Amino acid sequence: MNLSAAVEVFTDSLDASAASYLDACVHCGQCAQACHFYETTGDTRYIPAYKMKLLDRVYKRTKSPLAGVKRLFGLARTPLSEADLEEWNDLIYDSCTLCGRCTIVCPMGIDIAGMVRKSREAMVAADLVPKSMLGAATRALEIGSPLGIKPETLRKIVAEQAEDVGIPIELDKVGVDYLVILSAMEILNFYEVIGALARIFKQAGISWTISSKAYEATNIGIQMGDKAIAKTLVSRVVDAAEELGVKYVISPECGHAYSALNWEGPNLVGRSYNFQVIHILELLDQLQQQGRIRTKGTDTRRLTFHDPCQIVRRGGIVAEPRRIMNQVADNFVEMSPSGAANICCGGGGGVSSNSRAEDLRITAFAAKKEQLDDVQPDALVTACGNCRNVLEEAMDVYDMDMPVLGLTELLATYLDD
Amino acid sequence: MFVEFVEGPLWYFSAAVFVLGVIWRLSGILRLRRRKKDLSIPRASAAVGALKAQFLHFVPHGGFTFRTLYHLVAGYAFHLGLFVLVLWAAPHIKFIEANIVAVPWEPLPRWGFIIAAQFAFAGLMLLWVRRISDPVMIKLSDRDDHVSAWLTFGVMLTGCMALQESVQALRVLHMMFVEIWLLYFPFSRLMHAFTFAFSRGYTGALFGRRGVVP
Repeated sequence: MNLSAAVEVFTDSLDASAASYLDACVHCGQCAQACHFYETTGDTRYIPAYKMKLLDRVYKRTKSPLAGVKRLFGLARTPLSEADLEEWNDLIYDSCTLCGRCTIVCPMGIDIAGMVRKSREAMVAADLVPKSMLGAATRALEIGSPLGIKPETLRKIVAEQAEDVGIPIELDKVGVDYLVILSAMEILNFYEVIGALARIFKQAGISWTISSKAYEATNIGIQMGDKAIAKTLVSRVVDAAEELGVKYVISPECGHAYSALNWEGPNLVGRSYNFQVIHILELLDQLQQQGRIRTKGTDTRRLTFHDPCQIVRRGGIVAEPRRIMNQVADNFVEMSPSGAANICCGGGGGVSSNSRAEDLRITAFAAKKEQLDDVQPDALVTACGNCRNVLEEAMDVYDMDMPVLGLTELLATYLDD
Repeated sequence: MFVEFVEGPLWYFSAAVFVLGVIWRLSGILRLRRRKKDLSIPRASAAVGALKAQFLHFVPHGGFTFRTLYHLVAGYAFHLGLFVLVLWAAPHIKFIEANIVAVPWEPLPRWGFIIAAQFAFAGLMLLWVRRISDPVMIKLSDRDDHVSAWLTFGVMLTGCMALQESVQALRVLHMMFVEIWLLYFPFSRLMHAFTFAFSRGYTGALFGRRGVVP
């Protein structure tokens, strides 16, 4: 363990916003009521504000305006120890999905998830990243996908999908407008989305391709808090997009991938892109508004929508999925709360890649289950491959018999082609 | 002699520590590295987001209003009650006009003072009872939280005791509590009275440019 490196990262990460957060927290504990980990376990260690304690201690000891005075009188907080880092490790990685729901209820508006992210960066420096996340990072760097999907596997899956829908899909095609990237979970488990995109884009008259060099949208570096890995993975997509000369890169149905590429990516690579990032939900909504997507019939089942946190609450895409849902669903009912106040699936922020957190993740799903039990839908729709997988796994454990659908595929089901 | 000290040098000293201390604390935050320029393409205005966040977090949203009713009611009872007492109590107006600046508003009638004081006391006590009884607040609270609450309680209690203005000792006792409170303020979590705006603003700006203010 590298304690001094962790302390250095903690200290470096204390900018004016972090200082204002730490100085504003009044320990009211309201954030606990927004956290699915606390709510489903009652364990006070999982209180979101408590997860900021290490950062707070470093702040009070080093950069707080009072730090010097307190040190002078021997009143400064004790320095962090290896035991502290070990004690907080599961709080930082296992019991926080970076969903940011705690910010909504915080009277001070503190971005606690952002502070947990900073703490993860310190854990990276300390060499305390959960092993399964490190494994995913290694596969992402060496193979190109955190789930180990090789380019030849992708080619095979894409070819099968092209054959299924009867539309040719050409990889690495130069001169197209759009580059599609996919999450590992979509490629491996929900590959029908590729065929769905082919059908929708054909009808809308969109030229597109997939890069065999950068097909993976998932960014494990963002999840584990490793900026260097995050930058490498973003750069891979940026380089491929600029090499192909596309105008847009379509961020797929994946929560943190959108955040990684669109919101954090330019800051990681240190420049603006020569293309625009558009989320698939934004694009589908735009095409729908322009009348370029014709649908026939509607789903009559009682459908509800699970908002992926990083796309909705922390990504700003709130109305778009609802407009898409309303085009194809006759009986769309909202969970309560929904939209920017939604409850997380329990597996975001890398928690689903963290095998030691599996039991806790399943326990935390109870908060989502409660919402679903209230609404009693026939099927659950979402727009994130990871959420979809996490929801399906948890529903199996809870003996819930409910299909989980991807929104793009749902739309494609009713495409009038 | 002691009365003169409390009403003279100690008052000026504590007021100066309060003002300079608050400026020092806030500049201590602002002197730290600012967030680097965000190179992502904004969907909406960061400034509007920062402004929106200031108002949004005055009341819990997103379905939390009922769930956080205890804090909401107790918090507003205390803060509004205290705010009214500080700025509208007749003795305070007299003091402010004599020592700081002329105020353009009329003081509260006595019954108004009593109501405001009851709200403030009830709110503060409810919040403190919660702090010592709720497992979540117990886990988070530290010495500063308790000292801040007790000092504020002391200021309010001695203020009520001095309301008649008939016993000089009580008035001086209140004044002394206020001065201790002013001296403690910049070194404590009482600073949230100022830092809340920074905190809300930073979050509002960050997410406002993404088109959503959580």
